[in-house]
Amino acid sequence: MYQVGNLVKELSDKHGRMRESLMPILQEIVQKHNYLTDEAMVEVARELDISAAEVYGTASFYTFLDTQVKGKYVIRVCKTITCSMKGKSDIIQTLEDMLKIKIGETTTDKQFSLIETNCIGWCHKAPAILINEMPYTELTPEKVSTIIKDYMQK
Amino acid sequence: MENKGLNKVDLIFEKIEPKEVLIKAFKMSSAEIIQNMLDSGLKGRGGAGFPTGLKWKYTAAEKSSEKYIVCNADEGEPGTFKDREILERVSDKVHGGMAIAGKAIGAKMGIVYLRGEYRYMLPKLMIELDSFHKMIKEIGYDFNIEYRMGSGAYICGEESALFESIEGKRGEPRNKPPYPTVSGVFDKPTSINNVETLVTAMMIIQHGAKNFTQYGTKDSRGSKVFSVSGDTPTPGIFELELGMTVQQFVNVFGDGDTKAVQVGGASGFCVPRKKFAETIIGFEGVPTGGSMKLFNSSRSMYNLLHNYLDFFTEESCGQCTPCRVGCQQLLKGVEKVKKGEAKSTYLNELMKLADSMKIAAKCGLGQSVGNAFKSIVGNFREEIIY
Repeated sequence: MYQVGNLVKELSDKHGRMRESLMPILQEIVQKHNYLTDEAMVEVARELDISAAEVYGTASFYTFLDTQVKGKYVIRVCKTITCSMKGKSDIIQTLEDMLKIKIGETTTDKQFSLIETNCIGWCHKAPAILINEMPYTELTPEKVSTIIKDYMQK
Repeated sequence: MENKGLNKVDLIFEKIEPKEVLIKAFKMSSAEIIQNMLDSGLKGRGGAGFPTGLKWKYTAAEKSSEKYIVCNADEGEPGTFKDREILERVSDKVHGGMAIAGKAIGAKMGIVYLRGEYRYMLPKLMIELDSFHKMIKEIGYDFNIEYRMGSGAYICGEESALFESIEGKRGEPRNKPPYPTVSGVFDKPTSINNVETLVTAMMIIQHGAKNFTQYGTKDSRGSKVFSVSGDTPTPGIFELELGMTVQQFVNVFGDGDTKAVQVGGASGFCVPRKKFAETIIGFEGVPTGGSMKLFNSSRSMYNLLHNYLDFFTEESCGQCTPCRVGCQQLLKGVEKVKKGEAKSTYLNELMKLADSMKIAAKCGLGQSVGNAFKSIVGNFREEIIY
């Protein structure tokens, strides 16, 4: 859990308080804190003067606007056909072994979350993953393990 | 049918001086720009293939003080990655194409809706957008573009779902009519065009409609950027003239053992080897937004179908029953047949369900699920059963 503090107010000043401001505000909260807490969504509803159900309804529609606890680094492994053909399972196996979690879980220190995602647009360089917003492509178990070690030291 | 063979073209990524093209465009009247598009025969490059000139003409005809040009950069179709490449290499032409479209329809405001998966591109795009705004100012023209981000929803590539998303709502498609040309984003007349369409429009203004019609066939004018992936020694982005057969494509991009090509992504069609020679890639044959996936004989077509159905089941917005329940039942159905829990004739029932979805689903997502389903089951029935 994180404290939203002044963040929602600052973001509302930046993006406005209209309905169309909702997505940019939620996106920026997620960029900063990786997921949306109930408290954050209620606060957004208050700032925009809409019901909290509207905020939750919108947030829960979009896979990148997580309403469940997520780690500092969200690893999204592409599972669509080309990545799946080109070794996605080996990448997942390596990640699960390194992070000691299964797909869908978050490490106890809240550093990493591991999830599968649909096509991220790197089929010609499969298999590919996203770590937060950064794509990593043409992965091998060796390559992905080097990348994760780097993140572990951050 | 015309067959142009496989020819590489370099128009989309060609480096140009956008300022000169824009000055040329702004000297033209709205009607002249639209006539150029109509003469060129350009059809939308996102996959649906609606004539761009007509879209602009309808939007231009609407009386409204506020109109929008929206660039659909929510490239989510499995196997498509050309719009990312275009935005990375020639965003000046995307922004330029939007300004030309704006002039044509009478819009002063452009919005690029970029998929959340491409957020890493935003810092560079913002710098390029700044230079674009400076240039437009120098020319003395009033046009402004802003970027809106998606958040991981395939359905937001559907135009009306995309508008809902820009407006800060769930990305659920709207009923049509009214069409976007009448009532689009913020309920204003809107022309929504794919990234590549806008770049192509700019190239048509630069080189002239006549030059463009040299390429392609009667039904599929021009060249197009293809996203090639799967079992190929040369995956990547290739701009090719429209009008080649799948066979000609496979001769160049195949690995010598190509069993099938999925043309147009998960919502497109599966072409088996025996139909390579007779199938034209284009609106007269199998249309594509650019996605070309090759599969060799080591691949299981059941896995392909299962992967796609899993994709659609997750990405269906859930608003209309034919799509929400239809996707789930198709997925469960093929699993049952594979496991032997249902007879192979059950596939015939599922084919009927796919037909019903085509008629009854509210938007293009649900209507297209049957394309892949029927072409894969139809051509590789034994692989689905055994």
